[in-house]
Amino acid sequence: MIGLALRRLAQGVPTLLVVATVSFFLMRLAPGGPFDLERPLAPAAMENLRRVYGLDRSLPEQYLGYLAALLRGDLGPSFSHRDLSVADLFARGLPVSLTLGSLALLLALALGIGLGSLAALRRGSLADRLVGGLAALSLSVPSFVAAPLLQIVFGLGLRLLPVGGWEGGAPRNLVLPVLTLALPQIGAIARLTRASLAETLRAQPVRTQRAMGLPPGRILRHALRGALLPVVALLGPLAAGLLTGSVVVETVFGLPGIGRYFVEGALNRDYTLVMGTVLLVAALVILFNILADLAAALLDPRLRPDA
Amino acid sequence: MSGAALPAPRGRTAHRLVRSGSARASLVVLALIALACLFGPRLTGRAPERAYPDLRQLPPSLTAQPSPTTLRPALERIAFRMRAALAEVEERDGRLRLVLTAPGGVDERALVYLPRSDLFGTPRVVAREDGGRRLTVEVPVRRLHFPLGTDIHGRDLLTRILVAGRISLVVGLVATLVAGGLGIAWGATAGLAGGAVDAAMMRAVDVLYALPFVFFVIVLVVLFRPGLILILIAIGAVEWLDMARLVRAQTLALSRRDFFRAARALGVSGLRLVTRHVLPNALGPVIVAATLLVPRVILLESFLSFLGLGVQEPETSWGVLVAEGARAIESAPWMLAGPAGFLVATLVALNRLGDALADAADPRSGL
Repeated sequence: MIGLALRRLAQGVPTLLVVATVSFFLMRLAPGGPFDLERPLAPAAMENLRRVYGLDRSLPEQYLGYLAALLRGDLGPSFSHRDLSVADLFARGLPVSLTLGSLALLLALALGIGLGSLAALRRGSLADRLVGGLAALSLSVPSFVAAPLLQIVFGLGLRLLPVGGWEGGAPRNLVLPVLTLALPQIGAIARLTRASLAETLRAQPVRTQRAMGLPPGRILRHALRGALLPVVALLGPLAAGLLTGSVVVETVFGLPGIGRYFVEGALNRDYTLVMGTVLLVAALVILFNILADLAAALLDPRLRPDA
Repeated sequence: MSGAALPAPRGRTAHRLVRSGSARASLVVLALIALACLFGPRLTGRAPERAYPDLRQLPPSLTAQPSPTTLRPALERIAFRMRAALAEVEERDGRLRLVLTAPGGVDERALVYLPRSDLFGTPRVVAREDGGRRLTVEVPVRRLHFPLGTDIHGRDLLTRILVAGRISLVVGLVATLVAGGLGIAWGATAGLAGGAVDAAMMRAVDVLYALPFVFFVIVLVVLFRPGLILILIAIGAVEWLDMARLVRAQTLALSRRDFFRAARALGVSGLRLVTRHVLPNALGPVIVAATLLVPRVILLESFLSFLGLGVQEPETSWGVLVAEGARAIESAPWMLAGPAGFLVATLVALNRLGDALADAADPRSGL
């Protein structure tokens, strides 16, 4: 198991290198620079700024310099936030985004697996059709529609919850953003669980267990173990979806996470901030893919390399 | 499509599809939305960018505008501009009878303010009294309908939603073709080549899968000026991975069949193999995947437009309108409801259609 984890981690390194390279050269290819203001700076001041940030060196030099700093764990200074490094910005924003993302993931897994199992156990019932319809709807309502709708209903209409703001992560402020992030995931997980569990429940082992008179709860536990494999495989894309969703959610609810830095950084040509964010997101997605593989190996002995 | 006993698998698939209620409903909804977007803007009778400054942020309503509540303030504004006071207002079947008074005399030339305001037709002076200090004017009221209300500039939301729908639907179709074509080419090449080439090509797909690709799209769109072409390229570049995997798997499965080997042995070229043997045999799964790709592409486009990185003014798409609506939820929630309703209805219909297609093509699913 540890060998599998290490091997997959090692495979992630070239992927990260590709990400760093592509984002570095993409940013530099683009017209405009980080110090292009509406009123152009004096040439001498511009020269100084470019020297301080190392932009006067040749592109390959800068690229190698960036990679070398990256190996030391240094993401460089931010170009648009004065006196702050990219790492400082992440230290502020990451806790917010991670809190939202992990809560949303937990909620999506709990509700998605629960509703999907319910639908699979009572196939063709009203509950099944209800879950199917809700799942299809949740997949078709974009987060940028769901977020303002939730704001209207719970914030402006019922006045139960604040429509935005962070306030140190108060639970009241978390409800709507987490719900918005989790909504499409709930639908995806519920559909997958239903399809997979329904197939497992028709399979031979389950019939045998029924014939042997095992209590339904025990049968469900056995069946779920196998049926959850596709759901676990979905964890990687789910994490990516949560990170993308956080861009919208943080914009609509005004939360100080890293999703906002991304669009803002790209608009300001803040090279290091954008590259840092892309690398961070890529690392998180790779990490989740590895976790998904490990969880799959835990659930299914056939997937273990030492078996 | 007739004949329940059609033996060919494709005929059976089509038959099942026609019988499926949700597929039929989805097709009807999609056809209605597409027709409305195509011809609707002409039928509403006004250009999408036409603004009515006196009719800003009207709620949706089937009754003709201006309503008496908006009429009075608009009249008072005009009277103020004419340096006159509004003494009497009387409405009779679409015509207003106004009595304007001014101590220094009412300037008749200033009556042009009335037709200029979009709400009124050409005024006609009925009576002049009190040495020109009291003027009675008859003016027709324009009857305008805004079934879905107006936005912050007083533009008709229905027209704007329909025009925006054109862009969203076109982007959905074209980007799907781009992504689908790329995926088919990549997957078929890998599947036909086999060996090291196949391994390298699919490894590249795996690496790309692990990337937060949407973030790259955002970088691309921000760095190079946002516009329709760039969006099409960006979305096409992101969404082809699934199709590539699917077509490769289908090609590999086919390449073991006898007719395929025979074609190869006869020296049929790669392109011809793909068009004559791979695509016709993989048509079902490819169509299902393409149908499910359309809503994803539309979603991605509106996501970008929502962030202000997609379609730019004066052009508009559903994502742009939803973003405008989200900014005005407190004062004008209908600005969100209209475009969001069209967007969600389209996405639901496309997803249901794709599911129904998948069910119909899957021989294991219930009869």
